[in-house]
Amino acid sequence: MNLSTNLCGIKIDNPTILASGILGVTKSSLKNIAKNGAGAVTMKSISKEPRKGHPNPIITTFEAGMMNAVGYSNPGIEEAKKEFVDLKDVGAPVIASIIGSTADDFAYMAKRFLTDEFAAVEIPLSCPHTPGFGTLAGQGTPKATSDITKAVVKNTKLPVFVKVSPNIPKLADVAKAAEEAGAAAITAINTAGPGMIINIETGKPILANKFGGVSGPAIKPIAVRCVYDIYKAVKIPIIGLGGINTGRDAIEMMMAGATAVGIGTGIYYRGPEIFKKVADEIKEFMKEQDYKNLKEIIGIAHE
Amino acid sequence: MNKIEQPKAFEIINIADEADDMKTFTLKGTLNALPGQFVMVWLPEIDAKPISIACTTNNNFSLSIKKVGPFTTKLFKLKKGNKMSVQGPYGKGYDLKKYKKIICVGGGCGTPSVVFLAQVAKEKGIDVDFIIGARSKSDIPLQKCLNNIGVNLYTSTDDGSCGYKGFATTRLEELANTNKYDCIYTCGPEIMMKKVLDFANNINIDCQISMERYMSCGFGICGKCCLDDSGVCVCTHGPVFDKKTALNINELGKYHRDSTGKKIAF
Ligand SMILES: Cc1cc2nc3c(=O)[nH]c(=O)nc-3n(C[C@H](O)[C@H](O)[C@H](O)COP(=O)(O)OP(=O)(O)OC[C@H]3O[C@@H](n4cnc5c(N)ncnc54)[C@H](O)[C@@H]3O)c2cc1C
Ligand SMILES: Cc1cc2nc3c(=O)[nH]c(=O)nc-3n(C[C@H](O)[C@H](O)[C@H](O)COP(=O)(O)O)c2cc1C
Repeated sequence: MNLSTNLCGIKIDNPTILASGILGVTKSSLKNIAKNGAGAVTMKSISKEPRKGHPNPIITTFEAGMMNAVGYSNPGIEEAKKEFVDLKDVGAPVIASIIGSTADDFAYMAKRFLTDEFAAVEIPLSCPHTPGFGTLAGQGTPKATSDITKAVVKNTKLPVFVKVSPNIPKLADVAKAAEEAGAAAITAINTAGPGMIINIETGKPILANKFGGVSGPAIKPIAVRCVYDIYKAVKIPIIGLGGINTGRDAIEMMMAGATAVGIGTGIYYRGPEIFKKVADEIKEFMKEQDYKNLKEIIGIAHE
Repeated sequence: MNKIEQPKAFEIINIADEADDMKTFTLKGTLNALPGQFVMVWLPEIDAKPISIACTTNNNFSLSIKKVGPFTTKLFKLKKGNKMSVQGPYGKGYDLKKYKKIICVGGGCGTPSVVFLAQVAKEKGIDVDFIIGARSKSDIPLQKCLNNIGVNLYTSTDDGSCGYKGFATTRLEELANTNKYDCIYTCGPEIMMKKVLDFANNINIDCQISMERYMSCGFGICGKCCLDDSGVCVCTHGPVFDKKTALNINELGKYHRDSTGKKIAF
């Protein structure tokens, strides 16, 4: 069975995509994930200046998922430009991820960082735990989403994916604003919360940042609902993510309206091999249920 | 899905001075760890850092830590009776296979990891030679522990103040001339380990090295310790690598990365 998909003109062998910020810090690590079967890979978000990120622990896990406050550690634009070259070596389309505090920052990043070696660029306007970025910088409103998306679209020929937060009550309005501003796709969702986990032996929050974004199985129903709402609101494709661990989870996300699915926290549970496993499980399900292609699945929860 | 990564607090039952700026903390409780594995030591609201397991007994385990910067300085303020929180064990340890005679080469704060290996090897009846490389006599850690374990200990110091004067690698070459080892195990400064690895490759004997890279999570998610060109994480695929894998690590002995991901030459 053929799982190849067309996402905004990008041909991908299967609908699984590495989510930004899980591994993906180096070109080699993207290559390793592509080797493990991902249809496409997203790099860790890059900012103008180098960022050390928060002290440890930056990631902890609990009964139903993961919580992180990495703090956008990355080597900054100049080092990243040297790292992410000759991207055809990766073996799968590479989606860039850029961050900034203002629309001007995003315009700068788009202009200076993006090359036609990338297949697309994702702009997370939705991190819930890093001051100066995402929802903490007010990027989750329709107005800010529109301004930033326009700034990026103006400075690149690449398809622009706008990554949104599940914490926004009127998510459909944000997605529409992105579409009208020229976004090629919506990536939904970023982490939820923020949440907090306290170690009761010491009486202290585990994350050095005290609070962090929640991902993994705990947020899957929220992610499915967000994708469902966005599908109703816009015509552009959706990359659905949040708690995808199995082929069945991926199918559920596609039934809600996702054209492709992101996987991040799932790597913790099933290793980098998760991409091939999920793709195989999707095929198995389709065979069982007599689906011929993914088009028959995408959005059927709306019919 | 009942995997959970959270720290656990252990009581410090002993703190021993080991060498210059190095202390061994003995913690009450068991970890179920293999030689070569490490834990993330957590100081609440401050940081958490990777530290190898240096020794285990039925009721406790110990960590030998060198004071090199802000985190280890704060760690050294802990007193006997305080709690230390650790998470793990993590990583793949050394493999003793069916070896009969091995040699370990430890240097600096890499020594504890091979000391634990020597302990387990001796328990299995394996003959263990052990080289410690250090700057000078006061800088040699874990001598007492190694004597108790019963290894054949060879010290080499840069200034000749204890044992052989010169590099641990030169001492290794001499010993390998007169002994037949099944495998060389090494943990220490990367330039030293690279020399040991190349030597093992030249004389065609097995070798396992334990690498250090900047680590944040310890369980294969943050991506800070990914190696070029394979892209695998040191925290999950290592820190111990066999000879064949190690020879294919392009960055070995050339560069590592800091917490931002920037390359830093050795
Ligand atoms: C698998 C592994 C096992 C280790 N085992 C031991 C051990 O048994 N005993 C021991 O004394 N030390 C060990 N280390 C090294 C120890 O983690 C560092 O010395 C410690 O993190 C230094 O922190 P600091 O704040 O005191 O010093 P800093 O001034 O912050 O750093 C000093 C140096 O330590 C290294 N370092 C700092 N942070 C990290 C980090 N998060 N991950 C990896 N390296 C770091 C860097 O190379 C840095 O240049 C091990 C490291 C690794 C990766
Ligand atoms: C450790 C970690 C780091 C992350 N870093 C980023 C990031 O740099 N940029 C970004 O857009 N999203 C980041 N995310 C969010 C993920 O890309 C993803 O949207 C979220 O985790 C939900 O998917 P999942 O449940 O499959 O992990 C991060 C998530 C985790 C767990």
